[in-house]
This record gives sequence, structure tokens and C-alpha cells, in this order.
Amino acid sequence: MPQGRSRLLLLTLQILVGLGGLLAWHLLTTAPVFGGKPLLDPFFFSTPLDVLARTYKDFASGVVWRHLGITLLETVLAFVIGAAGGIVIGFWFARRALLAAVMDPYVKAANALPRVVLAPIFALWFGLGIWSKVALGVTLVFFIVFFNVYQGVKEVSPSVLANARMLGMNDRQLLRHVYLPSAMSWVFSSLHTSVGFALVGAVVGEYLGSAAGLGYRIAQAEGVFDVTGVFSGMLILAMFVIVIDSFVSLAEAHLLKWRPRETTATATAQG
Amino acid sequence: MTLASPAAPAAAAAPSSALALEKIKVAFPERSGQLFVAVEGVNLTVADGEFVAIVGPTGCGKSTLLNIAAGLMAPSAGLCRAAGAPVTGLNRQAGYLFQSDALMPWKTAIENVAIGLEVRGRPRSEARAEAASWLSRVGLGAFLDRYPHQLSGGQRKRVGLAQVLILHPRLLLMDEPFGPLDAQTRALMGELLLDLWSADRKAVLFVTHDLEEAIALADRVVIMSAGPRSTIIADHKVPLSRPRDITESRHLPGFIETHKAIWQQLKREVLRAYADAPG
Repeated sequence: MPQGRSRLLLLTLQILVGLGGLLAWHLLTTAPVFGGKPLLDPFFFSTPLDVLARTYKDFASGVVWRHLGITLLETVLAFVIGAAGGIVIGFWFARRALLAAVMDPYVKAANALPRVVLAPIFALWFGLGIWSKVALGVTLVFFIVFFNVYQGVKEVSPSVLANARMLGMNDRQLLRHVYLPSAMSWVFSSLHTSVGFALVGAVVGEYLGSAAGLGYRIAQAEGVFDVTGVFSGMLILAMFVIVIDSFVSLAEAHLLKWRPRETTATATAQG
Repeated sequence: MTLASPAAPAAAAAPSSALALEKIKVAFPERSGQLFVAVEGVNLTVADGEFVAIVGPTGCGKSTLLNIAAGLMAPSAGLCRAAGAPVTGLNRQAGYLFQSDALMPWKTAIENVAIGLEVRGRPRSEARAEAASWLSRVGLGAFLDRYPHQLSGGQRKRVGLAQVLILHPRLLLMDEPFGPLDAQTRALMGELLLDLWSADRKAVLFVTHDLEEAIALADRVVIMSAGPRSTIIADHKVPLSRPRDITESRHLPGFIETHKAIWQQLKREVLRAYADAPG
């Protein structure tokens, strides 16, 4: 099985790179050089063992689960609300050329705005609870889904459309059997990007002002110069992202099973 | 050939053809503001049960005529009748097999074939059962749950054929349906088509650039002139009996003579089309 072997080799190399990085970090922050001090001060750079120990402790004591749960809830809400809005408005604009043309500059301007500047306003409007973070995530997810749905409806193959009409579909049936699947295929192939942005919205919102969540923990640790806490928070965030992303990959493989492999692969690479 | 049944006295009183194009003209506005006249003065009738092929040089507006017959496009002048009644909007009596891939890629073969019945309100299980039987008639009984990208080009055409025929259209429009296929697959598809067609002869209007295919399949071969303002310049009856063996009939004297006669006219148009082509 040459494929199995190359996969094993790849995995080994990937683990080696990780271990090498950790080892370098460990040596630079602990091995004494010239007069007993390490090259990098652990106060500013922590050490890998401290970070792992702290992460283990947080999971073992159960402190972190509540924060993970809150960040997950914000991410899911931001994704669902943003995607629903993007699908509805995307469809509406794609079927009404005049509306799309009139709104075009405003959509572009709104999308060009860096969303971080909205965070304080959302905190004012929605308070320091989860909804200000959800709102921030929604502004990010909405545009990705909106543009994909718009494109998906516009780019329905003319011959598929003509064929569907000749088979006797009325407008409602065309929407259900042709436009919606075409638009959804674009949405699904941008799933990695949009779910990622939902998480970014949640964490950035928490970071800028909140009482719970992974972003809050990182901000708290930074506030007291607890570098180990910051790195530990980043580690947990990274693990969280990998778990969410693998669920997205599973969902994508299921939802886009009618697509040829190559297309799915390219779309994933773009995301 | 048609028996006057008491259920359809009107049809018996005025025998109408499946399709009648009367003085059809199609013009598009060009960017310069002038009108580009693609086809002009086209008269063509296809009787019920008749298989008519259109041949002509590329760009002569063959596909335009099919789109008009299907009601996907309205003529600038002239009239298109389906079974005597003027076509406004889509021609509900026509089935259309497109040149390019027109299956819904997100539906499996059986879903693609059943959809026409389902949107007409037939219960899903019934539609699926009928779709399965049509797919096995086109030789795809083992591929019901494949998505279009998992099928070969020839198999996709078979699904397309089943998708159209399951609705029993009175008129079948085909736009170079086997164009992208290789020669062997084309011959097989032609035989399959004649086989299915002979079961309940529908009217067929078949556009092709392949003269041999046209003669082997059709009752009548119609030649269009090179565009612009292309029109029908000749109408040949094919003196071959049915049922036909497509590969064998090529060697019959009737085939060879018809081929010679049509090619003389067609060649002139093809050369003209080349000479006029820009660049």
C-alpha cells in the first residue's frame, strides 16, 4: 500500500516539525547560556511545559468548559443567523436586477468596513453578553454567504435552466430544484471560510469586552502579564478550531457528494 | 396513418402537423445598432410521426429554429404553430434534448428522469418507478443512483433521452444531441433513438452537422443556407425503408444517391460560410 505508507510518512514529518518547534522553544527558554540565564526570558515567552501543564490543569479543573461552550454558542448563532440572512438577501438581490444595481455601492462599502471598529458599538447596543459577539460574527458571515448565493443564482447553467423549464417547472419549482441547489453548492463550498469567520467574530468580540469565552480568557491573562495563560488560551483556541473544521469537512463531504472530487478540493483550498 | 377517433373530432376534421413554422424571421440588434438577421423566410412543417433532420453549415441558425419551436425564443416575424395552435410562451407539447449537458448535476440519474413527472404532480414513488423503467430501457438500469459526473458522456445523453421521453412529448426537438460523443457511441445512440422512436412514433426535429447521421435517421432532410439571412434551400425525402439498420443502410444505393445529391448543395453553403467567416 504505497498510499498508506506515504500518508504515514507525512504524518511522521508533521509530528517531527511540531516537536522540533517545541524543542527549540523549550531550549531557548530554559537552557542557561552565558552566566546562567536562558536566551529568552520565560516571563515574556513562557515555556512549552508550563503551557501544557496550565492547559491540562484548566481542562482537569473544568474551568475552561464553560468558556468553550459560550464561544461555541456564539459561533453557531453567528453562523446560522448570518447564513440565513445571506441566503435570503442573496436570492432577493439576484432575482431583482434593479435592486442589486441600486444597492451595489452600499453593499461594497459595508463589506469593506473593518468589522473590529463595530465591536464597541455592538457592545453599546447589545451589552456585554453573547449577543454583541453574535452580531459581530453575523456581519462577517453574512457577506460571505450573500456573495456566494448571489453568484450561485446568477451562474446557473443556461442549458440546465432551459431544460428545467422545458420539463415543465414553474417559477417556484425552478427555485426549489435549480436555483436553490446551485446557490447552496456555492454556500457549502465556502463553509470553511464562513464558519471560520463566525469564530473570529466571537473571539474578537470577547477579547474586546465580555465576561466569558475563550477571547475573554486570553484578554484576562494579557491584563496580568500571564504569558503562560495567553499561550494556553491560544492552544485551546487552536484545538477548538481544528475540531470545528473537521466537523465542517464531514458536513461538506455529505452535502456536496454530487460534486466531482476536483471541484470540491479546489473550493476547499480557496477557503 | 392517424385514425380518426371520436374523442378527437377537431383533430380529425383539420389534420394538423406537430409543428409548423410559417415565414419565420429572427433578428438580433447588434452593438452597432443595426439588425443582424439570423434566419428569414423559413417555412417548415413536421407531421405527426415524422422524423425531420436539419443540416447546414455552422452558424446558419439551426439551433435558433429549435429554440423557436420550443418556445424558448419568440420569432421577430412569422408564426410557430404546435398542433395547429400558435405557440405563445413555452411549447408544452415539445420535449427538448440539448446539445450541452443539461442534467441537474445535484440530482441522481433517477431523480433527473423522474422530475418531469413529479413537477406535474405525480406521486414520487410512482414517478420513480416509471423513471427506473425508462432508465433500464436506455440501458442504464444499473446506474439509477449515479450522479451525472459519475457517468460517461454517452450515459449522460441516455439519461437526457429518458428524461425527455418519459413525458411522452408530441414533438421531440434534438439539437446535435450526439455531437460531443465519439463515432462508435454516436452510432449506438442513433440505434437506441430509432429503437425507442419506432415504439410510438413521435414527430422529431433533429439538428445535426453530420449529413450521414441525418440520412441514416430521418425521413426528410432539410438543408439550410449559410447565414446571415439563412433559409431552407432544399428538402429531400430519404428513400430508405424502416426499420433501418444504421450501420448497414450506409451501403444501400438509396443512401449513397441521397448523400451525393444533398452534399452537392450543402458543400456550396459550407464553402460560403467559410468564405464569409471573419478572420
